[in-house]
Amino acid sequence: MNWNAIVTVYLKELKDSLRDRRTLISMVVIPTLLIPAIMFGAGLVMSKVVKKAQDEATSVVIIGGADSPGIVAALKADPKFRIVTADGDYKQMISEKKVRLAVEIPEGFEAALGGGGPKTVMLYHYEGEMKSGMGVGEVERFFRALREKTIESRLAGRGLAADLIKPFETKRQNVAPPEKVGGNLIGGLIPYMIIILCFTGAMYPAIDLTAGEKERGTMETLLCSPVHRVNIVLGKFLMVMTASVATIVLTLCSAAVSIVVGGSMMMGGSAARMAAAGGGARADGLIPLIDPTGLVGVFALIAPVAVLFASLLLTLSLFAKSYKEAQSYVSPLIIVIIMPAMMGMLPGVELSAKTALVPILNVTLACKEMLSGVWHWNYLALIFGSTALYAAVGVMLCVRMFNREDVIFRA
Amino acid sequence: MIEARQLTKTFKDRKRGLITAAADLTFTCRQGRIYGLLGANGAGKTTTLRMLATLLKPTSGACTVAGHDAVTEPEKVRANVGFLAASTALYGRLTAREMIAYFGRLNGMTEAAIAARIRGLADELDMHDFLDRRCDKFSTGMKQKTSIARTIVHDPAVMIFDEPTLGLDVMTARAIVRFVRQCRDRGKTVIYSTHVMSEVEKLCDTIGIIHGGRLVAEGTLAELQARFGERDMEEIFVKAVGGEAALAAALRD
Repeated sequence: MNWNAIVTVYLKELKDSLRDRRTLISMVVIPTLLIPAIMFGAGLVMSKVVKKAQDEATSVVIIGGADSPGIVAALKADPKFRIVTADGDYKQMISEKKVRLAVEIPEGFEAALGGGGPKTVMLYHYEGEMKSGMGVGEVERFFRALREKTIESRLAGRGLAADLIKPFETKRQNVAPPEKVGGNLIGGLIPYMIIILCFTGAMYPAIDLTAGEKERGTMETLLCSPVHRVNIVLGKFLMVMTASVATIVLTLCSAAVSIVVGGSMMMGGSAARMAAAGGGARADGLIPLIDPTGLVGVFALIAPVAVLFASLLLTLSLFAKSYKEAQSYVSPLIIVIIMPAMMGMLPGVELSAKTALVPILNVTLACKEMLSGVWHWNYLALIFGSTALYAAVGVMLCVRMFNREDVIFRA
Repeated sequence: MIEARQLTKTFKDRKRGLITAAADLTFTCRQGRIYGLLGANGAGKTTTLRMLATLLKPTSGACTVAGHDAVTEPEKVRANVGFLAASTALYGRLTAREMIAYFGRLNGMTEAAIAARIRGLADELDMHDFLDRRCDKFSTGMKQKTSIARTIVHDPAVMIFDEPTLGLDVMTARAIVRFVRQCRDRGKTVIYSTHVMSEVEKLCDTIGIIHGGRLVAEGTLAELQARFGERDMEEIFVKAVGGEAALAAALRD
């Protein structure tokens, strides 16, 4: 190994890559501009849609209720509801989203409130449809209030106190530190995102530096130099790693900035203040706090993964004759990467001696734990060791590939 | 000096089986002389030159380039070789200066030496106008000049040219031929492969005719003319490879 040669190759590749539009787009433009744009855009649209749906009066069809005029009048008087007359089959109206739901008031309902037997109010809704779901919530709130009022009047009628039927109450209070709550909430998502970024960031430079060079005819020029091929591979490898790490860092920075700036914009600065003060687990779900030590741990664990990706991508694309051919080899790999990364987000999949040996899945699981402040040192050592081993095999494979004449001069 | 002894290279091909691209090639290129390797397409010229430049490892046999063995000391061989081929392109996103400097650094030159060498080469090859422009915007002539500068930045003792005029316009091709002569005049060992007969006649001190991976004839132009009883190089070549039928059969393969 000759470090001077490695650095020379690396610096040239860096300069070359920074002048390549495709690499620049995947390494700099997407993380710094597109991610915040998507986060802001999608967040803004979503919050607007939800707010609009919440503000909109729920359109309700009332079935029956002729002998319960008081209830019907109260429903009509509630500004949250807009009573619609069914001009056909109400079930069809619901499934066609013409109304959000239908309320079936049983016969003699109002009379039964005075002391009759229990009656059932049926709510017909559209399962999974957001507006219908919100409407059901509102109607249930209405009837809950009515039930409580009825109970109170029944108790009062018998000269009993209202708290007779409420001997105790339950209250919830979070005792987990904010970092742990945040880690649990987004702990699965962060390593998943980092792993995908780590891969996509390395993809274009890896192709450009190998298959791209072969296609442009510069590979033979480079091989004419007296530099040992191992040094050329390592120089190129370092460049791919740089692109991968730069993509991750830029994305995380831009995501953090857009969350804080976007959060403070949406909440009038309260979210940012809360985040700065470190108080509260999250500000209305906008800024989940995570353990910074956990984040450092994530990066430490991602490092061998980045090495593995860079070497595998270089090896695969080196085999290809052209940029296009390399793309067709490398693109399906994204699915192979996503699958174990996604499995790590599933609730039932936990870190064990077996899962600690499955590449990518092990890192996703460990990162989730670390971000929640849980450090299984034995598993972490196993994961780091096994991933480093896979990465070393990847680099060796890459060097081997570079020494194969049939691959280098494949045309 | 270049010395090749029983240099052989075989490839495995899934469809055609074992292919012998170069078989038992033995020849010597002396300092201050141009050795011309003449052959049709697929005769084994590129494979031979790539073995000399250590880009390919010989299956058997040996070659010594500038006093170093190509198999055991490939880096030392490359440090003494300038390799220019139609297939050795430039980095389009680098400027001519950056391109030359990169190869200077890869050859272990100091920054001061590189700067001085670039100045000298730019004077000699008249490159000042486009030295700081990106190579992907170059005309063929500019590209060729930059390639030449890249090849000789480390002032190698041995120059290997693999069909360097392929696909070039007349003016650029003439400039290349002129440059090859200059290399010889400066005492370098030069090996030059081509399938253009006129280039061999004009340029080469010794001519090796390669056919089907074998060296079928070797000598000066006068020696070859005497041996085959022909004045014209093309006629000599056809006779040397065993007649038009043999040549056509080889080209079909």
